[in-house]
Amino acid sequence: MSKESEEHASVRLVGDYARGDTDIAADEVWALEAHLEVCAACRARLSAAVETGVPAVASLVVTVWSGLEPSLQPTATMRPRRRRPVWLSAWLTPVMAPWLAMTVGVVLIALALDLAGPGFGEVSLVLLLAPVLPLCGVAAAWSRGLDPAYELTAAAARAGLHLVLRRTVSVLALVVPVLLVAGGPAGVSAAQWLLPCLALTSAALALGAAIGVTRAALGLMALWAVGVMAPPLITRSESTVLDTDSLPVWGLLLALGTGVVIARRAAYTTVPGTTR
Amino acid sequence: MTRAVSAAELRPRTYTHAIRAAGLRIRVGRTRTAVDGLDLSLGTGVHGLLGPNGAGKTTLIRALATVLRPTEGTLELFGESVASVGGHRAVRRRIGYLPQEFGYYKRFTVREFVEYMAWLKEVPKADVPAAVQRAVERVGLADRADERMKALSGGMVRRAGIAQALVNDPEVLLLDEPTVGLDPTQRMRFRDLLQELGTDTCVVVSTHLVEDVAAACTDVVLFAEGRLVFQGTPDEMAAAGNADHPGDSPLERGYSALLADPAAGCAQERGAW
Repeated sequence: MSKESEEHASVRLVGDYARGDTDIAADEVWALEAHLEVCAACRARLSAAVETGVPAVASLVVTVWSGLEPSLQPTATMRPRRRRPVWLSAWLTPVMAPWLAMTVGVVLIALALDLAGPGFGEVSLVLLLAPVLPLCGVAAAWSRGLDPAYELTAAAARAGLHLVLRRTVSVLALVVPVLLVAGGPAGVSAAQWLLPCLALTSAALALGAAIGVTRAALGLMALWAVGVMAPPLITRSESTVLDTDSLPVWGLLLALGTGVVIARRAAYTTVPGTTR
Repeated sequence: MTRAVSAAELRPRTYTHAIRAAGLRIRVGRTRTAVDGLDLSLGTGVHGLLGPNGAGKTTLIRALATVLRPTEGTLELFGESVASVGGHRAVRRRIGYLPQEFGYYKRFTVREFVEYMAWLKEVPKADVPAAVQRAVERVGLADRADERMKALSGGMVRRAGIAQALVNDPEVLLLDEPTVGLDPTQRMRFRDLLQELGTDTCVVVSTHLVEDVAAACTDVVLFAEGRLVFQGTPDEMAAAGNADHPGDSPLERGYSALLADPAAGCAQERGAW
């Protein structure tokens, strides 16, 4: 019941209304009917007043009900089929699901290779992959080519940084725990990759304001593969990029990326690279 | 308890036309100017956006939907400029948009799809189920609402697209080629729906079918090579042609006459408006 209807109709007024008294002023009838619409207690009192005071109306209501009931009963409400809750679509689009599944698959393969033996020397594949893996999901989160509903989404009120961030958060929320779990057996500590991972994600979003999130994510992944992953795999030595000494640099990159994203937040509302 | 009439609906309008463009120029790609110096004012009613292929209809509609940013000129929706970046959110809540090539998630049911779009359009959470049901009923898909989108025929998919455009009760409704794939019965129902919507909404329908315009539109906007060729009622467009011009109906003859000789249309437009 609503807060505003703390004052209720008087017993006299409800009684007069039930009897269909023509003496009630029109504005009073209006006010009473408006109140009855929102106040269940007064409706109950009205129905009681009708039953006790106005047998003619009461019997009419009973007749109408008995006439209606047979036709009301057969229309049982249909059970809708299993529904996809709106909150799920609000965080993840169906397009992102295969990419996230692929990400998990890649983590498992990297873990298996790490555990299989020291084929790659000192380097852990899980560690090398961890910072870039969420980018796959981020790429699919706001992509013109991959998302069939992109045009509809881009024109909706909720489009923009808000939606991009929401989808990015759900990617991180799914990928980071998988990486944490995989990091245990692989002997990789989260401290080494979590900050680079967040920094790269924010960099992808920041660059995405200018060239599109998908292009930015794919570009960063390519850079990472060539610049960070390839050298240790070739030389079979630890990567310096993921040392604890380089963490301040990653922190700086994260702050920079976040700053750019906030400063350029308006750029996410229109289609990136309008000049296609 | 919801009120029958909200305060927002009783608020006086602060604009004369829901859509107003002045000197609008939109560049697509590096060099091509799809909309080139357009002056256009559209109010309540059904406006048929006609023009040959590549006239810039889709680009104009995308700009009206605030997806594309105008390169030059002013574009006002509900009296507010949308040329600036950002601040589109409040405007977009009042727009319904059906893109020409409209994509959707195949595994969603019609209801899930329209519900998701209602969420994206920030329809208040409590109103969503009723709004979705109403939109689905309006396009005649109520009996298929719980089927997956991939199980629907092309015409039904398009109707689902129209339903998602209607779900937020838009004040400006932009439909890009909405009648493609509809069978004749559906097309007639759709025209009735358009006429009903046109009584209180600014509906812009892009089409290349002249008969759609004759049947449902209160106003024709003829568009060629990014410029406005003619704006007026369907009768005025029919009057522009004579028996010498190619076409099977008066409207088609008027269409070809105006496209062949744009100057005549502009002169008439000045006189009529």
